[in-house]
Amino acid sequence: MIVAEKKPIEEIIDQVKDFQKLLIAGCNECVTVCEAGGKKEVGILASALRMYFMNEGKKVEIDEVTLERQCDHEYLEEIRDRIDKYDAVLSLACGVGVQFMAEKYFSTPVFPGVNTCFMGAAEERGVWSERCQACGQCILGETAGICPISRCAKRLLNGPCGGSTKGKCEISKDLDCAWQLILDRLKELDRLDDYEKIMPIKDWSTERAGGPRKVVREDVRL
Amino acid sequence: MRLSYPGNIRIVRVPCTGKVDIIHILRALEKGADGVYVVGCLEGECRFSNGNLRARKRIEQAQHILDAIGIGGERAQMYNLSSADGPRFAEYAVEMTDKIKEMGPNPLKKAKEKMAA
Ligand code: SF4
Ligand code: SF4
Repeated sequence: MIVAEKKPIEEIIDQVKDFQKLLIAGCNECVTVCEAGGKKEVGILASALRMYFMNEGKKVEIDEVTLERQCDHEYLEEIRDRIDKYDAVLSLACGVGVQFMAEKYFSTPVFPGVNTCFMGAAEERGVWSERCQACGQCILGETAGICPISRCAKRLLNGPCGGSTKGKCEISKDLDCAWQLILDRLKELDRLDDYEKIMPIKDWSTERAGGPRKVVREDVRL
Repeated sequence: MRLSYPGNIRIVRVPCTGKVDIIHILRALEKGADGVYVVGCLEGECRFSNGNLRARKRIEQAQHILDAIGIGGERAQMYNLSSADGPRFAEYAVEMTDKIKEMGPNPLKKAKEKMAA
């Protein structure tokens, strides 16, 4: 999932303090699961902002909505009939949702209520960690299902580097060395021979370094 | 046991303090309560294992928000006691009432009056 973190309330206040009619829009997908921008967080933020403005003696109307997704036309369309009522939207979706909202409602200011962090997994309750950087050429099949692009600090394709110590990465003793993980799992899978194969230079043009990306699927287009 | 505790306290029963969410605390204050406190079982003695610990964390988050918006984090508090400890319940009620009296009424009341005028 896309992992995001709530922005500090002070920063949010600073972004929206000059508006009179605000819509706080949550998203029912990733940001709900990582407890940053779902219906619950929308409710808390709305209540907090209402109290803040009231205490400041400002009359500000705050409405709440949580859309199924903010990265799809059909759900974003659900607020078209009332979007003009608001002079700003505070979106708690990931950066994708915030942007799609901004594109669709061109004349309404949109502000982000979360910091979008990475694509990752919920390791345990309250702990999320990165797993994929969407390189566009997945090599997990060769690396025992462990991604060196997102999990090795140097993105090495033929690791580990000389800094790998007791299974930990040289940038932090709290971080597993991805290549140690790969080796351990190759061993478990009885595929250590694969480790001897030198991986060729990766085609990075499919990664973000090749500029903004797009997937066009003629087979599913209308 | 007939114990007296301040009459200005409204008790809301929940099955476990783990049921209490940040929004409940905020809504109570938004609606004009001067303070909100949660009384849970002793830490380590939750029947549902960690409901009271979750409640404490939520109170802490609510306190942070209340501080940030100028309402005062102290208006939300967490207390723990053994469910058999009636006198402690009364004690906490007095302590909380005193704390809130010291802080004064919910600032939103004055703000609302001003805005209505
Ligand atoms: S190899 Fe690329 S696509 Fe596969 S998990 Fe890693 S970053 Fe993601
Ligand atoms: S120690 Fe391991 S994870 Fe860290 S940079 Fe070197 S090979 Fe990559």
